[in-house]
Amino acid sequence: MTRENPIWTFIKYLSLLIAALGILFPPYVIVTNAFKTPEEFVNKSTMSLPDSFLNFSNFGDAFVEADMGRAFGNTLIILGVTLVLNVLLGSAFCYAVSRFKFKLQGPLVGLFLFATIIPQITTQVVNYKTIQGLGLTNHLMGPTLLYVGADILQIYIYLQFIRNIPYDLDEAAMMEGASLFKIFYSIILPLLGPATATIVILKTISIYNDMYTPFLYMSKPDKVVVSTALMRFFGVNSGDWQMVSSAILIIMIPTAIMYLILQKYIFAGVTSGAVK
Amino acid sequence: MLSRLPFGTQKKIIIISFVALPLLLLLTFSYYPALELVRLSFTNWDGMSPDKDWVGFKNYHEVFSNSEIFGVFKHNVAYFVVGIVQNIAAIYFAVVLNGKLKGKYFFRLLLFLPYILNGVAVAYAFGYVFDTTNGSLNFVLGKAGLGSETSWLGTEKFVNYTLASIGFWRFMGFNMVIYLAALQSIPGDLYEAASIDGANKWQQFRFITLPNIYKIVELNLFLTVTGALEVFDLPFVLTNGGPAGASETFVMKILETAFQFNNYGLASAMSVVLLIGVVIVISIQRFFLSRKGD
Repeated sequence: MTRENPIWTFIKYLSLLIAALGILFPPYVIVTNAFKTPEEFVNKSTMSLPDSFLNFSNFGDAFVEADMGRAFGNTLIILGVTLVLNVLLGSAFCYAVSRFKFKLQGPLVGLFLFATIIPQITTQVVNYKTIQGLGLTNHLMGPTLLYVGADILQIYIYLQFIRNIPYDLDEAAMMEGASLFKIFYSIILPLLGPATATIVILKTISIYNDMYTPFLYMSKPDKVVVSTALMRFFGVNSGDWQMVSSAILIIMIPTAIMYLILQKYIFAGVTSGAVK
Repeated sequence: MLSRLPFGTQKKIIIISFVALPLLLLLTFSYYPALELVRLSFTNWDGMSPDKDWVGFKNYHEVFSNSEIFGVFKHNVAYFVVGIVQNIAAIYFAVVLNGKLKGKYFFRLLLFLPYILNGVAVAYAFGYVFDTTNGSLNFVLGKAGLGSETSWLGTEKFVNYTLASIGFWRFMGFNMVIYLAALQSIPGDLYEAASIDGANKWQQFRFITLPNIYKIVELNLFLTVTGALEVFDLPFVLTNGGPAGASETFVMKILETAFQFNNYGLASAMSVVLLIGVVIVISIQRFFLSRKGD
């Protein structure tokens, strides 16, 4: 092996350092200010460290002020219902499409693929009327209904997994007298575990971070979710920043922790969708 | 009970019952609204009244002739420009992290981090960073003697670039991870053969790396263009389209037209124009991709 050019090595590490500082700059500012008292905030510079990282009073205020208890509760309900239904519907769909031969098999998957070119953001004008017609505006099940449908990424991930499960397993179970339903939920579904984990994690992140849907479909204050909780604060340039900073932290931390623990699944999901 | 039915019958039941619901959801919330949009775009529907009058191409004429509507696309240009720079940076960092490097997993973890954080929380965090009087960016710039009075979100000339730079912060790592996956799928012996033949690092990048990740570059560029056309949350949360409408985007305009001014006909026509724009981008991409494949 030839040795690397030292100038290139230097540029490499310098650019990474700059990128790392750029990434960490906003979170650093938020973390330091979230722990400051109002007096510290006025008297000290914005980049300085707080006197104590144990001053949690801002967090308490933010939690009450932004109605975070309710926001997290609502988000959890939406997540719970969506994930259970989405996994069941998505995996069942892929089981039916990949295990049996029938006409329209190809066009069916194609229909899901083609749907991705319709920007979801433009169809809301009509979807709003549909959800309203079902009586689901200002109802947690409104956004849930929009989230629950299978997307093409999920279908790709499941199809790939199901094809790798040997058909011998199905046949053996059939010999034993199991029905096809039973084969699906007691053999296929459990074996899809890792794929389901990836899908659940990606779906959780995208629902937790989605502001557009809950904002549009649930404008009543008691239907606040995590994404919309912050928006009741202000008028961006007003407000006390210590409290807002701690509210921002409360909202960022759950996905950040999830990311650190489950990064393997997240990277797998993101790349398997794209490199297809 | 079910197991007593012949497998042929079971198969039919499974196919119908397992496919029906996902298909129904897809048709109801993707295909029906797309078609309905087209129909509504030729009417003057106000969103409530039972009657819709057919108005022909009047709404489309309005979209293209009213500079307050179509002119808004100018604001989306900033997101496109920054998006291109973002892709170049993403390729650069992907190449760096794909080589010999200490702490490459740490850097990948760090650069991807912004992507999974809540968008509204990120927007507000940047609202603080960019704040004119209390903001940490102006504070740092002031310390460096570069002027500390810039109103990053209040200046018409570059408010869209300020907002787009937040997009850069959020999505560069995402693009990078996709590029990285593509780089890792290039067989290593290609590089070995090239270096035996005396190709330097740049030549290897130019003639091995780039052609091999070409499809992924296209994919990312496509995401960049459609993302730029569909920008909504950053300006909505941070500037609400201000100052003086300078950061309003096309999607914000659609929602305003539909839900504030109750002009569903016009809003539908605008949505159709956006939809067609996206389809054109995809078609162009497919065209180049298939030619490249020959």
